[in-house]
Amino acid sequence: MQKEAAIREPLILGHKTYHDITEDVCRPIEDKAPKMWYTLFGIALIIGLYGVGSILYLLGTGIGVWGLNKTIGWAWDITNFVWWVGIGHAGTLISAVLLLFRQKWRMAINRSAEAMTIFAVFMAGLFPLIHMGRLWVGYWVLPLPNQFGSLWVNFNSPLLWDVFAISTYLSVSLVFWYIGLIPDFATIRDRAKKPLSKKMYSILAFGWSGRAKNWNRFELVSLVLAGLATPLVFSVHSIVSFDFATSVIPGWHTTIFPPYFVAGAVFSGFAMVQTLLLVMRKAMGLEAYIHTKHVEYMNIVIMVTGSIVGTAYITELFISWYSGVEYESYAFINRATGPYWWAYWSMMTCNVISPQLMWIPKLRRSLLFTFFISIVVNIGMWFERYVIIVTSIHRDYIPAAWSMHFPSHIDIGVYVGTIGLFFVFFLLFARFFPVLALNEVKTILKGSGQSYKESPDYHKHH
Amino acid sequence: MSDKVIYVMYDDDEALKDSAKKLVSKGVKISEVFSPFPIHGIDPIIGIKNTRLGIMAFLYGLTGLTVATLGMRFFMVTDWPMNIGGKPNFSYLDNMLAFVPISFEFTVLCAAHGMAITYLLRNKTLPGMPAQNPDPRTTDDKFVMEIRLNENHGISEAELDEMLKETGFFELDKKEIN
Repeated sequence: MQKEAAIREPLILGHKTYHDITEDVCRPIEDKAPKMWYTLFGIALIIGLYGVGSILYLLGTGIGVWGLNKTIGWAWDITNFVWWVGIGHAGTLISAVLLLFRQKWRMAINRSAEAMTIFAVFMAGLFPLIHMGRLWVGYWVLPLPNQFGSLWVNFNSPLLWDVFAISTYLSVSLVFWYIGLIPDFATIRDRAKKPLSKKMYSILAFGWSGRAKNWNRFELVSLVLAGLATPLVFSVHSIVSFDFATSVIPGWHTTIFPPYFVAGAVFSGFAMVQTLLLVMRKAMGLEAYIHTKHVEYMNIVIMVTGSIVGTAYITELFISWYSGVEYESYAFINRATGPYWWAYWSMMTCNVISPQLMWIPKLRRSLLFTFFISIVVNIGMWFERYVIIVTSIHRDYIPAAWSMHFPSHIDIGVYVGTIGLFFVFFLLFARFFPVLALNEVKTILKGSGQSYKESPDYHKHH
Repeated sequence: MSDKVIYVMYDDDEALKDSAKKLVSKGVKISEVFSPFPIHGIDPIIGIKNTRLGIMAFLYGLTGLTVATLGMRFFMVTDWPMNIGGKPNFSYLDNMLAFVPISFEFTVLCAAHGMAITYLLRNKTLPGMPAQNPDPRTTDDKFVMEIRLNENHGISEAELDEMLKETGFFELDKKEIN
């Protein structure tokens, strides 16, 4: 058993036993769903279906139904793509990077954060696919032998790098998540009383039995997957930023993009984790496992990454002037004072000022304030991508080609629809899957549980 | 050949570990331990070797890297030397930097999936497999040790019972198997 300093706050509050942990996590799955769940699920489903309808209309008609024009060929679609991918960065960061750093507080949140990651990447992947217009030829992005002669995809293109990065990220995250889920499904299987749920969880648990050798392999696989997923997390958003950084558009052609995008992704991802977990812990009665200290840790991550993002904004602004490149300076002056000034200043307020408030301990330990800021950050990060994408291209080199982007109702429908679908998936997850890595949490009970830490035996040497 | 299996259940991971230590020091062979979570330090006591899945992950990764390198060399240099802005790909090295991201991604893809599949196969955990833990409580808060009489020829059943009693188990179950 690993011991930790007495002044460190316990990670599991109250007097819990191993069995209590099982009970607390499994009860919401075994009990009937509360009315609130049906209400939320209904709302999310309606919004999601509206999104599906918008996508079907778009596929049937063509991407002309978006508010794009000859100058602005990318707008909400790619903004939403980058926004969702960014949100999808927290889960694997929490489970992989924090595992390598042996941060035990990750155990209470990694499962739901990873689920969020996977659903967010689903939503992200949707946008490049529907942007193809002809979804059914989507497989053309893969280097497959074909009837067109020696026709291969372009391996020099960041857009193809993205195909590989996103699909690797999605599938590896999914595997990482599922490998952790198997022992917990086994717990639910062994408790299940109804034949149908016993059958379902038996299939999901893959016959897991918890042998010592299996656990030995489990720990190594988790560690190696974490080691593989850590550079993967950083590479994915770096590659997303290459989509812009390797172009010649002023405002995009920036070497600072990869680290700046990665920090932004972690920033927005943690904000989304906060939004979801603050509601989930309350609704599912998990306050003993996900408490103020966890929220505070996440707020510190938000503060640090938010500061990196803020520094990047200001560096970018400074360099655009310092470079002496007229086009580059114009791109930035236009962002701040041009027709999209409101988007730029919303971004600055939401992303630069709000995380700085987390320096105040009282605020970063306040759940209500955290919830508010997490929403603000999510809005700010959407604006960041919108500002980068739309303001950089809406002023073309020839003034005759200058243009504005106005979203059509399909733009809005698809975007809002993905939020609905995301919540449909997340609510289903919260209803049927163990939302806490319950068996992993048991390993920290004796080291970080409140009742154990407060017992007089804790600091004795054995 | 018939055999008798003894399942000794404990309600604490430390208790199981301590008693396993005592039993092993008296020459008892423990054939298996079932637990809801990994008991750190149990493997050397009951003689479980460390897994070699890490080496497999490395080999899968190496395979991925090789396939990616050969593939991109074939697509971009041999089969159709792409000429971008008058700068054709004469050799793989000329254009290597552009191939780094996909080489990396594909290495990770192969290493992660290869290892995960090997893990599931070696554990014999696959969709539809039946549960093999002796008691459903071993995935909740109980820890079970499995001792087979056939593997402990030098010790009689009565001697073993005596030794087990000293360890302060929670429950004890015996099963005849053929």
